Amino acid sequence: MTQTSEGVNGLTSVPALLQRNAAEFGDKAAYREKELGIWQNWTWSEAADEIDALALGLLTLGAAEGDFIAIIGRNRPYLYWAMVAVQSVGAVPVPLYSDASADEMAYVLEHCGARFVIAADQEQVDKVTDVQEDLSQFEQMIYLDPRGLRKYDHANLHQFSKVQDAGRAAVGELMPELNRRREALNYDSTCVMLYTSGTTGKPKGVVLSNRNIIETSRHSSEFDSLSAGEDILAYLPMAWVGDFIFSLGQAYWTGFCVNCPESVDTMMTDLREIGPTYYFAPPRVFETQLTTVMIRMEDASPMKKRMFDYFMTHAKKVGPDILDGNPVGGFDKLKYKLGDLLVYGPLKNTLGFSRVRIGYTAGEAIGPEIFDFYRSLGINLKQLYGQTEASVFITQQPDGQVRSDTVGVPSPGVELKIAENGEVFYRSEGTFVEYYKNAESTADTKDPEGWVATGDAGFIEEGTGHLRIIDRAKDVANMSDGALFAPKYVENKLKFYPNILEAVVFGAERDRCTAFINIDLTAVGNWAERNNIAYASYQELAGHPRVLETIQEHVETVNKSVAEDPMLSGCQVHRFLVLHKQLDADDGELTRTLKVRRKIIGEKFEDLVNALYDDSPEIYTETEVTYEDGRKGTISATLEIRDAAVVPVTASKIAAE
Amino acid sequence: MLDSTDSYVTSDGRTIGGVVMEMKNITLRFGGVVAIKDISFDIREGEIRAIIGPNGAGKSSMLNVISGFYVPQEGQVMFHGKPRPQMKPYEVAQQGIARTFQNIALFEGMTVLDNVMTGRLNKMSSSLFAQAIWRGKAEQEEIENREKAEKIIDFLEIQHIRKTPVARLPYGLKKRVELARALVSEPSILLLDEPMAGMNVEEKEDMSRFILDVNDEFGATIALIEHDMGVVMDLSDRVVVMDYGKKIGDGTPNDIRNNQAVIDAYLGVAHD
Repeated sequence: MTQTSEGVNGLTSVPALLQRNAAEFGDKAAYREKELGIWQNWTWSEAADEIDALALGLLTLGAAEGDFIAIIGRNRPYLYWAMVAVQSVGAVPVPLYSDASADEMAYVLEHCGARFVIAADQEQVDKVTDVQEDLSQFEQMIYLDPRGLRKYDHANLHQFSKVQDAGRAAVGELMPELNRRREALNYDSTCVMLYTSGTTGKPKGVVLSNRNIIETSRHSSEFDSLSAGEDILAYLPMAWVGDFIFSLGQAYWTGFCVNCPESVDTMMTDLREIGPTYYFAPPRVFETQLTTVMIRMEDASPMKKRMFDYFMTHAKKVGPDILDGNPVGGFDKLKYKLGDLLVYGPLKNTLGFSRVRIGYTAGEAIGPEIFDFYRSLGINLKQLYGQTEASVFITQQPDGQVRSDTVGVPSPGVELKIAENGEVFYRSEGTFVEYYKNAESTADTKDPEGWVATGDAGFIEEGTGHLRIIDRAKDVANMSDGALFAPKYVENKLKFYPNILEAVVFGAERDRCTAFINIDLTAVGNWAERNNIAYASYQELAGHPRVLETIQEHVETVNKSVAEDPMLSGCQVHRFLVLHKQLDADDGELTRTLKVRRKIIGEKFEDLVNALYDDSPEIYTETEVTYEDGRKGTISATLEIRDAAVVPVTASKIAAE
Repeated sequence: MLDSTDSYVTSDGRTIGGVVMEMKNITLRFGGVVAIKDISFDIREGEIRAIIGPNGAGKSSMLNVISGFYVPQEGQVMFHGKPRPQMKPYEVAQQGIARTFQNIALFEGMTVLDNVMTGRLNKMSSSLFAQAIWRGKAEQEEIENREKAEKIIDFLEIQHIRKTPVARLPYGLKKRVELARALVSEPSILLLDEPMAGMNVEEKEDMSRFILDVNDEFGATIALIEHDMGVVMDLSDRVVVMDYGKKIGDGTPNDIRNNQAVIDAYLGVAHD
């Protein structure tokens, strides 16, 4: 395995990068956050002061080197500072998903043995307080927003700003110790520990070193020539590796500005106001935005609608080529410019993408139409493929080689190989150190030579060298007649319809495939409104005969398209039902990063799966649901099961044999 | 029994002060209809005081008496120990009393922010002319008022609809905007007329949390009308129960829960 020099210019830790940034870009904006309706601004040197104050404050509270300190909350500058302050005192930050339940938090806090917790607000403080009895190593908590917390017992509870004040007061006494600890950090000390969302089983703590984070940030920043002038919007969960790389790793490496939205609900407005130059979003966000645009265009005046349709058709024809720098006719170019003036420009502005130079999407497959829509507008949207264990980057698409069906070429510094069974392996300097307190899983995933199993099946396309991912390796199975079963492939095709939010396809070891469908409330709700269809609840809309008809059409169209692929034609959906509830992370059906937990869904809705295979026309079911505050209830429904037309494939099979 | 000037600390650590407002033998008639009959009770500083009762019990009339909108034919409203004279609505507001309405009364065509800003109107002292040209004091006042409004918007978590016209909002959010407008005038007494009416469980929980936070954070005394018993019992320090214009109970939620007259009024009595 290639080992590079011990950091560039001795920059072997995030706190070291901070000090460089404070010296080099002292007056440049490092963080912005909208508060009370105004964008507040912190320069790199101000951020460094705040971080020092907090780090000193942590020392006054007795934080030791090697401690684990959990950080829970939505994206706020203060919490990013907390991460670096924790690193500065030689401790390890462990960001947690802020929407996790108290029990989920208890598992992680106990697993890492967190001594301190830095929580954003009362909600998070309450959750930790609820479970603190079970936490053997937990000692003290620091909170950011004092609202509702004034009357709490402050024996082990400290306000963020007070900790900083204590730190500032002790600067003379503790600064030498802080400096000593900062200097003791090297390329192999732990930078962060991130818990995987866990599509299977309990979350695992992925230990990432400074080398992992800084080398990955360096390579990926160079790949897209990111500069200190970039602006990003930090809105994805802080516990997710992507946010750590974009909002911390790359931001500290290149010195660009991290902007935090005012609240979760204002994200779209804030996006428009900031106009990021570098943007990351999972496919779902792009899908939702496109759905919103389309819904609003349906309601626009006929003149505007015609203009939109006319120029979008043109954009689809030449937009991607113009973006990739391919030759385009002079008249088409002129027409595209006019379209930009009348349609594309204003639309990009509304979406907040006017300044986007590089956009990435990853995590799930993105629908080709969605992908092309954004690219045809002139937004340089690309795909990357990565995972927590790789410090994100495994492959990514270089400018000019962007397609919706591949995930790109190996990122700089990453080696790739495909195993016999099709599983993708990689090794790089971003490769994680270990799973914390789980040598067994570490050994299962990473071999002694440093190759890491991704768990995904894929192949490298001949000619282009691009990687294509088929499915999760363990989800790829055989049907009872031996045909290949790749559920994700079919699910993605289904999900490309705006009406379908989520789909779960069954068929492993069965004679045919069936599916659960979740409708998209925004899209279907709007359709219902325009067609005068009254509904009182999600459940009622999901069970409406006309909704079922529409979904059936979608399923049948997908079947036709699946049938065209000789390898996967067995995966056509024979029967389906539309679920009465939305799959939800609170109910354990999705991971916190909103990925389907196939096995759990199969077990939880066993009655429904059986009904899909026993030809019954409908089924009555009761389901337990968890409300946001953790209480449980049940909902019941009678679901109609529909047969979908399939394209016969036996003929071609015989012919092939 | 507490004296009118005594203060005490509740089990959750809030300090409840002396009596700020006292209704003395209030009777209110509309022509021949007696809406309120000889009711007396008091409101202490910093407490959450609920008025409950079945439909038509006279709760809203009572709130209108407290707010000074209705003048009772008999009895007196004592405010800080002194009888309160008949007042115009703006005079009531100047005394630090703000309210929300059962049927939302917002300016539908205006944005949320503008609606909230109207709550600051009686704190403005610059002249109409100064405001028209937006110079000197007017500018300074506007900045101060906007800051106050933004703090309330942040507090009630309605940042995402700041620039949205009220007419486009769902019911639950309109209720929150109305609360924001009442709060921004920095009231010492806040009157809430059925703050949870027509809300679903989740919205009710949100609203309950906001009411508790308002009481805690701003130290406001809150008098609220509500017919959702569960909410009232969880939220309030003391409860007055009305039925057919009469007071049938007054005390802590626990007292009320065990009060036979109240149980009868709510569950009905078998006449055999």
